[in-house]
Amino acid sequence: MKYGQRTFIFTFLFIPVLVYVVFVAVPYLTSMAVAFTKWRGLSMNITFNGFNNFIKLGNDENFWNALSHNGIALIALPIVIIIISLFFAFLFTQGIRGNGFFRVAFFFPQVMSAIIVGVLWSFVYHPTIGMLNGFLGILGVSSMKSFPWLGDPNTVFGAILAVTVWQAVGFYMVLFITGMESIPPHFYEAAKLDGANSIVMFIQITIPMLWESIRTAIVFLALGAMDMYAIVMIMTNGSGGPSRAADVVPRYMVEAAFQNGEWGYATAMAVVLMLIILILSILSLRFTQRETLEF
Amino acid sequence: MASPAFTQQNRKERSTFTIWKALIYVVLAFWAFMVIFPMLWATISSFKTDQEIFFSPWGLPGALQWDNFARAWTKAKLGIFFFNTILVIIPAIGLTLLLSSMVAYVLARFSFRGKQFVFYLFLTGMMFPIFLALVPLYFVMQFSGLLNTFQGLIIVYVAFSLPFTVFFLTGFFKTLPTELAEAAMMDGASHYRIFFNVMLPLAAPALVSVGIFNFLGQWNQFILPNVLMSNVGLDESQSRYVLSQGLYYLYGQQFYQSDWSGLFAAVTLVTIPTLVVYILFHDRIEAGLTVGALKG
Repeated sequence: MKYGQRTFIFTFLFIPVLVYVVFVAVPYLTSMAVAFTKWRGLSMNITFNGFNNFIKLGNDENFWNALSHNGIALIALPIVIIIISLFFAFLFTQGIRGNGFFRVAFFFPQVMSAIIVGVLWSFVYHPTIGMLNGFLGILGVSSMKSFPWLGDPNTVFGAILAVTVWQAVGFYMVLFITGMESIPPHFYEAAKLDGANSIVMFIQITIPMLWESIRTAIVFLALGAMDMYAIVMIMTNGSGGPSRAADVVPRYMVEAAFQNGEWGYATAMAVVLMLIILILSILSLRFTQRETLEF
Repeated sequence: MASPAFTQQNRKERSTFTIWKALIYVVLAFWAFMVIFPMLWATISSFKTDQEIFFSPWGLPGALQWDNFARAWTKAKLGIFFFNTILVIIPAIGLTLLLSSMVAYVLARFSFRGKQFVFYLFLTGMMFPIFLALVPLYFVMQFSGLLNTFQGLIIVYVAFSLPFTVFFLTGFFKTLPTELAEAAMMDGASHYRIFFNVMLPLAAPALVSVGIFNFLGQWNQFILPNVLMSNVGLDESQSRYVLSQGLYYLYGQQFYQSDWSGLFAAVTLVTIPTLVVYILFHDRIEAGLTVGALKG
């Protein structure tokens, strides 16, 4: 019996673990090593390069440019998305009709693929036939006529961030609504007796009780801000925008690896970004730590 | 009998109340419009001629140009991209569910040496972004002869879907009652029979939820096919692209040979399956995604 059980466990684990180790675990682990090598082009001529890739990164303006855009996203996305989605979640508690419809509609962009979202919004931002300039025209803003939102270095990254906000708000709204449903109603009843209005109750009861969900949202959005590969690739046609004005590290990394064949250098970029992600997750979890309310 | 002052105050309260309510609806309607309108506009545009798209972007099509869809489907090879995507995704989802439920079942129901290690091995895979693994993965694929093959893409999709799926299903298998399995054991059923005949059918609801989640993730996958199925030097006619890749390619082509109406038609066609899956399963999708977020 015992013997049969061990064989069973082994057979069931063997193939999944093998697939996972070969295609996921080994690539992740070897990345750490490849980052310290000089490895270029099609040759398999790989030599140890010490910290040279990292020193080169420090002097690479394009890398700092790309990293700065991830940095802007890191600050802007969590703040804007969490505020808007908390606001919508609050509106949903105000006893409105048709909240089923609004909820389903708001959430939909989350399940759309990056390519659809990117192409759709490239149409919206199109200088001549785009919806955005069309609306601005209707509103009488004539200075924006034929303005190329994705073709101007000053607006391209903002335009892409706006799309990211558009896509994410519904998801975080649903996350917060789910959290709000588990808050016991007697908290609100007590506050109502004390004469609190719904805005005060939202700030003093709902937000503290939702803190765990908000923390999760911060970590998720921070991770997302460090990526942004697909949406930037699509909305800038693979270029990272005019004069790289919307470039992000993952896109620059893929360019270095798969266009220039600088395998070691590209992997060093991935490792730096990974370290930043790890530090950020630890910091954001630590800084947002509060005593959880027991109920 | 109410005093005049009281009714007046009451009326005033009611009117601020309705203004407040009206404002809420305005805000919600505005966002719903922001979500729906771009898609609606793309769909309407997909029935127009190129002339209409450029000279009356806001108007309705004069006549429905079904030809745009035919062109997108055949000339722009959208049909082939669809077929390739299905060819990859169906085995990938099937294998993901099978392999993950095997691991999850063993992790949830048995104790053995190295169990914690296996669990954390899969869990860490959920935390790192794909691009960190990209360069070594590319060479693993090249050395194993899987680069630019459908089998290769399938196996990579499975490998990267395992962590979340294992995690999700382990939680589910832990909640299943043990009595049925014990009864089957008494009857002399083997571990394999118990798994396939008793436990898997019981896990069907969880398999559906996590299967939909994987469908969306793999259908929308962008970076993996673009890097591992780029077909450079192999196939200049894009006949082995999957949808996300094919659409990206078509979109890039617009700058050289513009066929806007065809592109709008392609966007509409690619959105339809996601929309159908979403409308049918939105409850499960919402629950699955948000629960995943809270526990992950």
